[in-house]
Amino acid sequence: MNRTKYWTWHMAAGVVLLFLLGLHMLIMHMVGTAHWFAPYGTEPDSLQNSLFRDGKLFFTVTYILLLGVALYHGLYGLRTILFELTLKPAFEETITVVLLVVGLGLFGLGTWAAVAAHGIALAGARG
Amino acid sequence: MSQINRYDNRLGIWGWLGGGRWGAERYAYILHRITGLGILFYFLLHIVVTSLRAKGIYLWAGHGFLHQPIFEFAEYVVFAAFAYHACNGIRLVLVELGFAVGKPIEPVYPYKTSLNVQRPLLVCMMILTAVFLAIGGYAALIE
Repeated sequence: MNRTKYWTWHMAAGVVLLFLLGLHMLIMHMVGTAHWFAPYGTEPDSLQNSLFRDGKLFFTVTYILLLGVALYHGLYGLRTILFELTLKPAFEETITVVLLVVGLGLFGLGTWAAVAAHGIALAGARG
Repeated sequence: MSQINRYDNRLGIWGWLGGGRWGAERYAYILHRITGLGILFYFLLHIVVTSLRAKGIYLWAGHGFLHQPIFEFAEYVVFAAFAYHACNGIRLVLVELGFAVGKPIEPVYPYKTSLNVQRPLLVCMMILTAVFLAIGGYAALIE
C-alpha cells in the first residue's frame, strides 16, 4: 500500500517539477524571457542578478520547494531502478536508508544556502 | 500451487536495458531512465555548487570556473535530457492513468495490443521534444 502511495507521490512530484523547472528554464536559460528577473544587464546568471533573485522571498521559497520535490522525484526514481535488480531485503533497506540520509542532507544544505543567500542579498541591498 | 521463489524472475542488468519485443515505447522508457539518472547526477552537483553562494563563491558568474565552452555545452545536454525526460514523463503519466491506451476489450484471437493504440502519443511527445531541443539550441547559439 505504501509503495503505491510513494509511487503516486513520485508521479505528482514529476508534474510539479514540470512547472517549477519550466519556470527555472524560462528565468535562467531562455533568451526571450530571461530578462524578466534579470534587471542588471543581459546575463541572468551574473553576480548582481543572482543577488537580485536571492533577495526576493518568492525565489527563496520556490528554490526550497524545487529542491525538495526534485530530490524526492530523483532519489525515489533511483531507488525504483535499483530495486528492479531484486536485491536481498536487508540490502534494499540499506539503500532506502542511504538515499533518505543523502536526500535529507542535501535538502538541509540547499535550504540553508537559500536562506543564507536571502539574508546576504537583503543585507547587501540595505548597504 | 507451486511455491514462488523471490529470485526466480531475476533478470539483472538485462532487465534494465533489454526492450525485448516491446517496441519503441519500451526503448523510450529505457532512455527515460538514462536521462533521469543523468539529470539526477547533474542536480546533486548543482545543489553543492549553488550552495557555495552562501559563502560568497559564485562559480557561474562573470568569468567564473563554469563559464567555459565545455560547461556551456554540458548545460545544453542537460537541457536536452530534461526536455526529453519531461515530454516522455507526460506520456508515462498519461498511460499510467489509463489515457491513450484505448478501451479494454475482450481477449479474442487475433489479440490486439494497446501498444499500437498509444503509438500516436509517443510520436506527438517526440515531436514536442524535438521542438524544445530546437528552441533550446537556438537560444544557446545566440547567447
